[in-house]
Amino acid sequence: MKHGMSTEQLEKKANQIRQDIIKMLEHAGSGHSAGPLGLADIFTALYFDVLKHDPKKPDWDQRDILLLSNGHCVPVRYAAMAHAGYFDVKELLTLRKLGSRLQGHPERVRLPGLETTSGPLGCGLSQACGMALAMRMDKDLHRWVYVVMGDGELDEGNVWEAAMLAAKYKLNNIIGIIDRNNIQIDGPTEVVMPLEDLRAKWEGFGWHVIEIDGNNIEAFIDACAMGRAVVEKPAMIIAHTVPGKGVDFMEYDFHWHGAPPNHEQAKKALHELRTLQGKIRGEHE
Amino acid sequence: MSDQHLVDDILSPKLEEEPIRKGFGRGLLKAGQVHEQVVAACADLTTSTAMDQFAKEFPDRFVEIGVAEQNLVTVGAGLAAMGKTPFVSSYAAFSPGRNWEQIRTTICLNDRAVKIVGSHAGVSVGPDGATHQMLEDIAIMRALPNMVVLAPCDSVEAEKMTLAMATDPRPNYLRLAREATPIITTEHTPFAIGKASVFAQGQDITIVSTGTMTYHALAAAETLFRDGIDAEVIHMGTIKPLDAVTLLKSVHKTKHVITVEEAQITGGLGGAVAELLSEQFPVPLHRIGVRDTFGESGTPKELLHKFGLTAKHIAMAAYTMLKEQ
Repeated sequence: MKHGMSTEQLEKKANQIRQDIIKMLEHAGSGHSAGPLGLADIFTALYFDVLKHDPKKPDWDQRDILLLSNGHCVPVRYAAMAHAGYFDVKELLTLRKLGSRLQGHPERVRLPGLETTSGPLGCGLSQACGMALAMRMDKDLHRWVYVVMGDGELDEGNVWEAAMLAAKYKLNNIIGIIDRNNIQIDGPTEVVMPLEDLRAKWEGFGWHVIEIDGNNIEAFIDACAMGRAVVEKPAMIIAHTVPGKGVDFMEYDFHWHGAPPNHEQAKKALHELRTLQGKIRGEHE
Repeated sequence: MSDQHLVDDILSPKLEEEPIRKGFGRGLLKAGQVHEQVVAACADLTTSTAMDQFAKEFPDRFVEIGVAEQNLVTVGAGLAAMGKTPFVSSYAAFSPGRNWEQIRTTICLNDRAVKIVGSHAGVSVGPDGATHQMLEDIAIMRALPNMVVLAPCDSVEAEKMTLAMATDPRPNYLRLAREATPIITTEHTPFAIGKASVFAQGQDITIVSTGTMTYHALAAAETLFRDGIDAEVIHMGTIKPLDAVTLLKSVHKTKHVITVEEAQITGGLGGAVAELLSEQFPVPLHRIGVRDTFGESGTPKELLHKFGLTAKHIAMAAYTMLKEQ
């Protein structure tokens, strides 16, 4: 579904999605704040520009596939899906409640439009490989598998098993997206388990790497187009994002990785986001 | 039992033997020929898990994963997501031994009909020793919601089972053995997933067996019969879901039960039967299998003897149980 939205409109949409994330997390009383806020621009770009999809036909057999491997960031996906028309925005406040389709970590069988069940880390890229292989077997070559991963998630061995397989089979129908926000639960990624030189690692594993500012919607949309144009290799977008982006007291603070805002904090965050309207741009712009 | 169409003489020294995994290989090839959506993936054990015929006939539908069992099952989940019916194989010690969480999340909770094939289960793997003799697979796979757990008694049944798996909409686990196993069923022996097979009818005691042990259970029943004990032998080709109807019907009649498996009895077939009977019809129960220990190197024959997994051990257990009454 192409919305034909301008960059400014997309940025406004990302801000609305951020506000909904804050409301959802406050209402749920648990969940992850930093990652979903940092990913708001990427998910807005995916659902409102990049992906070929139809919210009214979530099982459409020509849709692009979007996997969220780091399932704990699912509030951003729920919010983007609601804004895109998969379900009513009001349902967002059922996040993490008994009987909700919006489980704390995404469950495919409960909510149409989710492609996998995820939460335990490191399994998205390998499922993307299976999907991409199946598409190739079926000569179904006009759609892509996008898979969003966290950077802390790259500690998992399963990711690198999949990285080797994708390169072996030249799965150019996969576009990987790493949310490089440099934090994980126990602290900075480079303290917990250093990932650098991350670009060299992926290149060494046979991937085409594109590095961008992941809070810059235009840069991300361009990177996806570049990724789709790579023929001989799978493509990995290393998207540098600011964890907690848009809420000053959350930005860059790893303590917000796995915590929700309380009522006062949510109020402050929403006030900030309202005054920020339209001001989140890529730093290099 | 005539309607089961077993081979004529279980005790014949001329009984044909074949590794159960070979029957899986034939079944997979046939399933591939019949169903276009059947695909296969293997973790560097293509020949020893008997996937080689399929890989040769359908190179475009076969994925060589390398030594990466976590990747094996999650790639399988991805293939299933796009409408394929993936059979993914390795040794049971590695898959589902190593990748259980991936199976739980991306296959069972995610409800994808991946067919997990674990070969070289049981102590009869032999000289490779404890690391490769998977004994806990039944327990860990039985515990998973949505999972179907299967253990064929011979290569003929394994072939039928594989074909049935290809159209079963659920995640399945197929447990295979390495060594040549006597062929006791024929092409006419009925098979359906979820249905227990009453291979011998009797009044005095119910012997419930699975996998390679069913041959030994039938041999034990022959011995017992000569001593005036009429044993019923139920082969549980499907361990989960357990065919409670067939089992309870038998136990109401015999009121004595022995379970036999080449696996840990804790959580295994013995565990499953104990759970059912203790809730629904408590009767004397003796579980034959591995008791909270690991295997070791040796010949298959030596190991089966050491762990008490022979017809003789089963018959002895029956004598003891009936004498105590």
